[in-house]
Amino acid sequence: MSALRAEESLLALRQQEELEDLPKEYPLSTSEDEGDSDGERKHQKLLEAISSLDGKNRRKLAERSEASLKVSEFNVSSEGSREKLVLSDLLEPGKTSSSLATVKKQLNRVKSKKTVELPLNKEEVERARTPMEQEIFNLLHKNKQPVTDPLLTPVEKASLRAMSLEEAKMRRAELQRARALQSYYEARARREKKIKSKKYHKVLKKGKAKKALKEFEKLQKVSPSAALEELEKIEKARMMERMSLKHQNSGKWAKSKAIMAKYDLEARQALQEQLARNKELTQKLQAASESEEEEEGAEDEDEMLVPDAVNEVRMNADGPNPWMLRNGPGEAEELDIQKDPEQPPEPVAHEASESEGEENPVAEEEMLLKELEERRSLRKKPGLNQDAKPVGRRETKDSSSQEVLSELRALSQKLNKENHRSTKQKVSSARTVLPVQREEAADEEEEPMLLQRPERARTLDELEELGREGCFQDKERPRPAVNGQWLERKPNNQPGAPKEKPKKEQMIDLQNLLSTKSPSVKSLAVPTTVEEWEDEEEKDQRQMIKEAFAGDDVIRDFLKEKREAVEASKPKDVDLTLPGWGEWGGVGLMPSAKKRRRFLIKIPEGPPRKDKNLPNVIINEKRNIHAAAHQVRVLPYPFTHHQQFERTIQTPIGSTWNTQRAFQKLTTPKVVTKPGHIIKPIKAEDVGYRSSSRSDLSVVQRNPKRLSIRHKKQLKKNSVD
Amino acid sequence: FGEEEEPLHTILGKTVYTGIDHHWKEAVFATCGQQVDIWDEQRTNPICSMTWGFDSISSVKFNPIETFLLGSCASDRNIVLYDMRQATPLKKVILDMRTNTICWNPMEAFIFTAANEDYNLYTFDMRALDTPVMVHMDHVSAVLDVDYSPTGKEFVSASFDKSIRIFPVDKGRSREVYHTKRMQHVICVKWTPDSKYIMCGSDEMNIRLWKANASEKLGVLTSREKAAKDYNQKLKEKFQHHPHTKRIARHRHLPKSIYSQIQEQRIMREARRRKEVNRLKHSKPGSVPIVSERETHSGSVK
Repeated sequence: MSALRAEESLLALRQQEELEDLPKEYPLSTSEDEGDSDGERKHQKLLEAISSLDGKNRRKLAERSEASLKVSEFNVSSEGSREKLVLSDLLEPGKTSSSLATVKKQLNRVKSKKTVELPLNKEEVERARTPMEQEIFNLLHKNKQPVTDPLLTPVEKASLRAMSLEEAKMRRAELQRARALQSYYEARARREKKIKSKKYHKVLKKGKAKKALKEFEKLQKVSPSAALEELEKIEKARMMERMSLKHQNSGKWAKSKAIMAKYDLEARQALQEQLARNKELTQKLQAASESEEEEEGAEDEDEMLVPDAVNEVRMNADGPNPWMLRNGPGEAEELDIQKDPEQPPEPVAHEASESEGEENPVAEEEMLLKELEERRSLRKKPGLNQDAKPVGRRETKDSSSQEVLSELRALSQKLNKENHRSTKQKVSSARTVLPVQREEAADEEEEPMLLQRPERARTLDELEELGREGCFQDKERPRPAVNGQWLERKPNNQPGAPKEKPKKEQMIDLQNLLSTKSPSVKSLAVPTTVEEWEDEEEKDQRQMIKEAFAGDDVIRDFLKEKREAVEASKPKDVDLTLPGWGEWGGVGLMPSAKKRRRFLIKIPEGPPRKDKNLPNVIINEKRNIHAAAHQVRVLPYPFTHHQQFERTIQTPIGSTWNTQRAFQKLTTPKVVTKPGHIIKPIKAEDVGYRSSSRSDLSVVQRNPKRLSIRHKKQLKKNSVD
Repeated sequence: FGEEEEPLHTILGKTVYTGIDHHWKEAVFATCGQQVDIWDEQRTNPICSMTWGFDSISSVKFNPIETFLLGSCASDRNIVLYDMRQATPLKKVILDMRTNTICWNPMEAFIFTAANEDYNLYTFDMRALDTPVMVHMDHVSAVLDVDYSPTGKEFVSASFDKSIRIFPVDKGRSREVYHTKRMQHVICVKWTPDSKYIMCGSDEMNIRLWKANASEKLGVLTSREKAAKDYNQKLKEKFQHHPHTKRIARHRHLPKSIYSQIQEQRIMREARRRKEVNRLKHSKPGSVPIVSERETHSGSVK
């Protein structure tokens, strides 16, 4: 009813509107259609506005409710019912199928059920049910920690508020960086974990061992207590090894490897490695220096080799050639003796140098000894011996003096040799300097050069005695100028002087000497020793090489090889004898000499070998097939002799062997053309022919080579240029 | 383009025309068919007609240097040289098989090359026509056209086997061969006047443009590039006799038909050669004359 009334009022309004509108619209148009359509729109709007006033029933837009001739699904109207007609209603089936009904029921049931929402209600969580929970909650509350797990804890919130924007940004950047780094390291660790190659792991292990050693050394210096702890660890490892006997090659693996070891080199090596490891781990740590400290996983086999090698092999040295085989250290002394009788005819300077040389090594022997031990101790016993050095040194020297002596003997030989040859002048120059420093006059001249003794000097003290004796005897002798300190000391070496003091002085002075770099100009004696000591590793290496080749007589072997090569390359005589033709033949019967002579074809000697006059060279003159594949086989046509061809090939054309201009000249092509430039056929004038007035005659110019400028221009324009 | 062009001047002739060539300098051109006619551009009648023999003439070419000379190929296996000034034929050489075209060397006045049906090309010296200067053998079918490079050092030949070959003037073998699956019998070939490209027209109605030096870099080169290129070229020349360099320089991929033909012809040639050698070996020395390849291809001169 109200709707009807609304309509009526609207109609009235409309009419009024129309009346109002008409005068307005009059000038524009008078078509009724337009006015009608306008009015209808307005009417609709009114309806909508009114219906929206009462908020209860929302009337949707009315469908088109006009009658139309075409009856289609788009024109269906529902006038009477005042309901909206929806297409889906028309499409609905009359009866619902039974199968869907059950599904629908299920769906409804599910919808109606209440679902449990997770996370649980906050109230439930915060309720502390048990006393333990209560305690926890109390604690959390005390420390302002959150009970649940929020995005930002209150602490973090507070800190955020405290920071300013920039700080926050910085912090975020830092966090990002840290995260990126972490992810990188994680990825890297993951990658490294996957590596399975044995070689890689071996190398890694070795590297780690070395690093551990270095760190241990550092630790020694920094905090000895921590170092002691490390040592304790090593002790523990040793104990474990001794008790468990893990690396004794008695397990399943070892047994299986042992079966294979007969045939397989690698298996053998693996077993030996196990045993070696066992040995390492069970080694006792001693105060003395000889035993090595092993840290877990350290394999200092290289370093072990050197002292072992030195222990085992004796020094074999010939005078001039350290490579040649000689018997032993006894030889060295014999050599010295041999040298000495040669010397008396030579001037005093020689003798002086000899004696110096002899005594220098003797006295320097101790010097060298000390240094060796020092170095070795520094390298191999990281922590222990720094405290025990002065004490330990003597003992170590005692025990290892034998090894060192042999080295030193070799050195002394070298020194002798060098002193022999080159220090004559230096000594003479030193002589002029020395008189200034000398305090006492030189009286004694002759004395036994070599302090010969039946026994070797076994302890350091004996060595020092030797040295001292030598020094005492030769205190008047001129000494190399470099050893100024020595010279000062010489007068001090009185017979009654205490042993210790000069020795200590020597030690100290030697230390100073060796630490500073001596100028290499003045004399050869000391610098050589200094240099020797400066690369000890080289010395060790040379030592190793000497030992390796101790059994080879290199020259003899080489000559043998050369003879064999020469024999092999000689063209051999052809023997064509057929035993049994014209005579008895059989096993063990040789044809007669006459027959052999008849059928042996001697081949003339080939050209002389290139290494004929070079005794220390073998030149292989065999034809190399692989190289021959790349070489020219037939002499090319224009050449008549292979030398000509070779010479043309020999001349280099590249820019590395020629100057730039020469290179350009050598590599200019014969024909140069420009793209797009038309090349015209040659004309007689270009070559120098000038046609006379008679066209059937062509005359050659007097100087055909001298072209006129015009011709030259033409040439450049037209033809190949 | 697209517009119909009308000829400027139409001349109606009495005989059939099979070839035409223009003078290099004057406003004169020559045609050939039954005889060789020399025409002036303005006239409708030939200035003079020359003929020697009764057979049709297939092509005619003017000499670019001595511009009064012409050469023509006739179907009775001959090549005739004419002098335009005297309006007479000069010399004639008869070969074993018919020549399809000839081409004059733009740098040597008296050298011309004839493309023959017997798969070879013959370079003749005009002054001594009895034996060819060089016999170029590499094609496996009739050679249809030949054209010289403007440098006068090489020429290109088109053949009935579907390939083009580039020959150096002084060598008997080709230095380059161009072929494509799409390219069928090549009828005509031309070398561009700047000596960089080669154009060929073939049976399947296509014209192709090729580079004269296949491995050359086109365009402007920097000085360093030029130096490197020259150096490499020089090195190739220097070491050209070394087996591997030779192998690499000579190696070309060939279509199967051409390759198998080559093998076949090699076998045949080898057989003939073996026979010759055996005959020489087993006969009295001096009784069997040793004839070079060039001489075997000589023609009779008139």
